[in-house]
Amino acid sequence: MIRVFVMLAALLALAGTAAAHKPSDAYLTVTRDGAELSGQWDIALRDLDNAIGLDTNGDGEITWGELKARRADIERYAFGRLRITSGGEPCTLRARDYQVDSHTDGAYVVLGLAGHCGQAAPTLGIDYRLFLEIDPQHRGLLNFVENGESRSVVFSVDTPERTVGGDHAGPLTQFGTYLDEGIWHIWLGYDHILFLVSLLLPAVLVRRSGRWQPETSFRAAFVDVAKVVTAFTLAHSITLSLAALGIVALPSRWVESAIALSVVLAALNNLFPVVANGRWIAAFGFGLLHGFGFAGALRDLGLPTGSLALSLAGFNLGVEIGQLAIVTLFLPLAYAMRMTWGYRRLVFAGGSAAIAAIATVWFTERAFDIPLFAAFAAGS
Amino acid sequence: MLRVSLALVFTSSVAIAKPYIPTDDTVVLERLPERTEPSLRELKRMRATLAVNPRDLDAATAVAQRAIEASRANGDPRFLGQAQAALAPWWNSKDPPPRALLLRATIRQSQHDFDGALADLDRLIASDPRAAQARLVRATVRTVVGRYAEAQSDCRALAPLAPPLIVAGCLAGPTSLSGDAAAAYDVLTSALARPGGDAGAVEWALTLAGEIAARSGRAADAERHFRQALLLDPRDAYLRAAYADFLLDAGRARDALRVTGDDLRNDTLLLRAVLAERLLDDHRAAYSAHRAEMEARFDAARLRGDSLHRREEARFRLWVDGDNRGALALARDNWKVQREPADLRILVDAARAANDAEAMHIATEWMAQTRMQDVALVTAMGAPR
Repeated sequence: MIRVFVMLAALLALAGTAAAHKPSDAYLTVTRDGAELSGQWDIALRDLDNAIGLDTNGDGEITWGELKARRADIERYAFGRLRITSGGEPCTLRARDYQVDSHTDGAYVVLGLAGHCGQAAPTLGIDYRLFLEIDPQHRGLLNFVENGESRSVVFSVDTPERTVGGDHAGPLTQFGTYLDEGIWHIWLGYDHILFLVSLLLPAVLVRRSGRWQPETSFRAAFVDVAKVVTAFTLAHSITLSLAALGIVALPSRWVESAIALSVVLAALNNLFPVVANGRWIAAFGFGLLHGFGFAGALRDLGLPTGSLALSLAGFNLGVEIGQLAIVTLFLPLAYAMRMTWGYRRLVFAGGSAAIAAIATVWFTERAFDIPLFAAFAAGS
Repeated sequence: MLRVSLALVFTSSVAIAKPYIPTDDTVVLERLPERTEPSLRELKRMRATLAVNPRDLDAATAVAQRAIEASRANGDPRFLGQAQAALAPWWNSKDPPPRALLLRATIRQSQHDFDGALADLDRLIASDPRAAQARLVRATVRTVVGRYAEAQSDCRALAPLAPPLIVAGCLAGPTSLSGDAAAAYDVLTSALARPGGDAGAVEWALTLAGEIAARSGRAADAERHFRQALLLDPRDAYLRAAYADFLLDAGRARDALRVTGDDLRNDTLLLRAVLAERLLDDHRAAYSAHRAEMEARFDAARLRGDSLHRREEARFRLWVDGDNRGALALARDNWKVQREPADLRILVDAARAANDAEAMHIATEWMAQTRMQDVALVTAMGAPR
């Protein structure tokens, strides 16, 4: 009993005093040059001994011979606890040279590393778990270098996942990068385009006495399109921001399935109209869903922590520009063709039916996780 | 700006070192601490056993206890991390078993998470008012944050539960810092005069007696207590740092350097050595080497986001770098978290050097409010710059 008291009392005499030695740290340097990664990782021998045992002969000393003998184990252990992703896809990582070095608290092994990222993205996601389970006080100190500039990030048991990169360039360049990503996203995300097209197809027509008739004034068609596009934009901007800032989170399978369903419904509404002249309301309601879809894409790209708002605004504006481009192309063409049989039968009715069919396939695939036609898999 | 400077610091700390391939397989790269300490080999075995069944509370608390002891004896926070890892199944739990809760509180206070530690201890004592160890730990944490009356009430509750020397030691800190230094000193020294008592407890009480005597201006008594304590445990880093501070205040840099010794892996001792060497003309070379080493350790701590070293770093900035404003900023941040005499002292020293009336006012208010007695502190407040 007394011994325990003494231990605690003596320990507590130190209460306000700093820890006397250096705690466990590892130093990771990663340099990115396009798709290629290179770097080095300094890991304390004491920590490695603690994790997998290096002192093979048990004499309390670690020799170069002992360290060399465990090379494969050390590399497997360390690289098994480091994951780098680009655009949501894992980058390959491999060990290179194997050296030693000394820091203020002793000897470290220095692992050279090289890697390749197949998917280009402005940021890198880094997931660092080395030693976190055997010493929660361990910190991984990352020095990320790109374009000659470096940036430090600290990994800990509370923050094992960090995003780096994307904010090295000036704010304008960075804004531009995300703007670009936003434009491409709407062009490559067929489901968003098809949803928009489904809502736009009837804009040059007007529903009278149970039939679609050509709209007589361009102004009326334009106003109709403007209402739909504005409502869609407003809605998805709201949910994109909420999701990107981490305020609202929805399961992505649920979101993707619902988006597919929204396309089906929008297309079917053209064939069997339920909502004819208030389509902007549907655009707003379903737009909320599509915003979550955009947020998923943005999450894969990664948002630079330093300037989240700027990148988010860039991405969102990019999406709007991409969308406006579609509208600018579509409206004059559709308006010119609205009187023709081709437009009303082929484009409007046939197109809507085709969209409904494709989106039904997407919905089935996404909701029930069955790949029906891999080729149709929409990039969303 | 901050990011750039951090990056530069980081690059430089890595770049100084140069990786190499040793030429010979027999080159010894690292000596593990357990080479000379059987108790650490035992800790390693206990951890291996625990790894097989991590939810075994008995094994986990035994490992945590042993690891906390090891961190204290070696001044090595890696062991504190191991203690925390052993408690992993209960670390984030809202309601851990009492034994795990007490150890969690102990680790939290070591990491200067005083609020977290106090919350754990409040819960423990609420469920068991006779939890003696929890009382002692809470009294100490409350003393560190300057809540002296509450600390004293914990010590008094300890009276029927613990040996008299422990109770006297518990009371000595908060009582001596709230206007009754003479009484606290008498109670402590008479408890020490009684025969018997565990050597560790005696050493702890002697250190406390030395600190109180030093604050009361009883230099000869202070020195006697510190020396007696050193005989019982010559390795105790806390004691050596306290003794060295006393000697530095007395202008005895050479003696202070003897107390800090040669093994300067310990940051607190390295700081005292640097402060002493600064004053000694025949230690120029050691001074510049140790100064660079200390700087490197502060850089390393800053990189990992540690704020545990603010008090030490403030002293370094003030006395070694002559950076008055930087020292004051650190001292003020530190004062928000902990309120030991040494924390007040660096606040006063930095406030005077930076000629900052507001910080000085904080210090004088605290002195008046607590009726704290400390001759060196009073001297520092009135010392001509």
